[in-house]
Amino acid sequence: MQLDVLYFAWLRERIGAPRERIETGAATVADLVAQLAAMDEWHAAAFADLDAVRVAVDQELAAMDTPLDGAREVAFFPPMTGG
Amino acid sequence: MTARLQAAPFDLAAELDGFGAGAGAVVTFQGLVRDEGGRLTALEIEHYPGMTERKLAEYGAEAANRFGLSDWLVIHRHGTLRVGEPIMMVATASRHRLAAFQGAEYLMDWLKSRAPFWKREITTDGPGEWVEAATCDEDALSRWNRG
Repeated sequence: MQLDVLYFAWLRERIGAPRERIETGAATVADLVAQLAAMDEWHAAAFADLDAVRVAVDQELAAMDTPLDGAREVAFFPPMTGG
Repeated sequence: MTARLQAAPFDLAAELDGFGAGAGAVVTFQGLVRDEGGRLTALEIEHYPGMTERKLAEYGAEAANRFGLSDWLVIHRHGTLRVGEPIMMVATASRHRLAAFQGAEYLMDWLKSRAPFWKREITTDGPGEWVEAATCDEDALSRWNRG
């Protein structure tokens, strides 16, 4: 399947792009993270500390074990700092 | 019952004109850009287009449902905001004050930690660090899940 993967804040800066289209067979967010982190040094740097990374699947907050079945958009970002 | 995301400044007084008509209590909160001891000139606020708008509306509706609010308003800005400028506001209206206070606090706690915004400091030397989430904000959010 093809996924739109989005990055925000320092993840966007480390990867050097706000979004990319990824061909993947990942079953869960964790599988996708493993695939992305193995792509190159920039992706590896972005995913080096997973405690500092949050994820949304199709614009709903999700977790590393969230399944990607039927997902279209996955976003990675640091903990949110609104308000 | 309004959630708004915008780059432009807002005027608190103008936004409250007609808000909560017929309610017994109206509570408002406005967050401003701090200068952090003269170190900052501005904040840059990034958001997740689409998700951010939906989450503002969702948290507003949840607060209304949980505390029986008769009206609510959330405005959150994005882009470059200079020191002293308003970042966001919430207003809540209810029959009695307790629900309006609690609804406003609940909304603020959710916006702080669960609405997709990220702040970066702009210092007197130029673009600086991304603001890290505060543990106390996470603690504030968790109290709503208890009891």
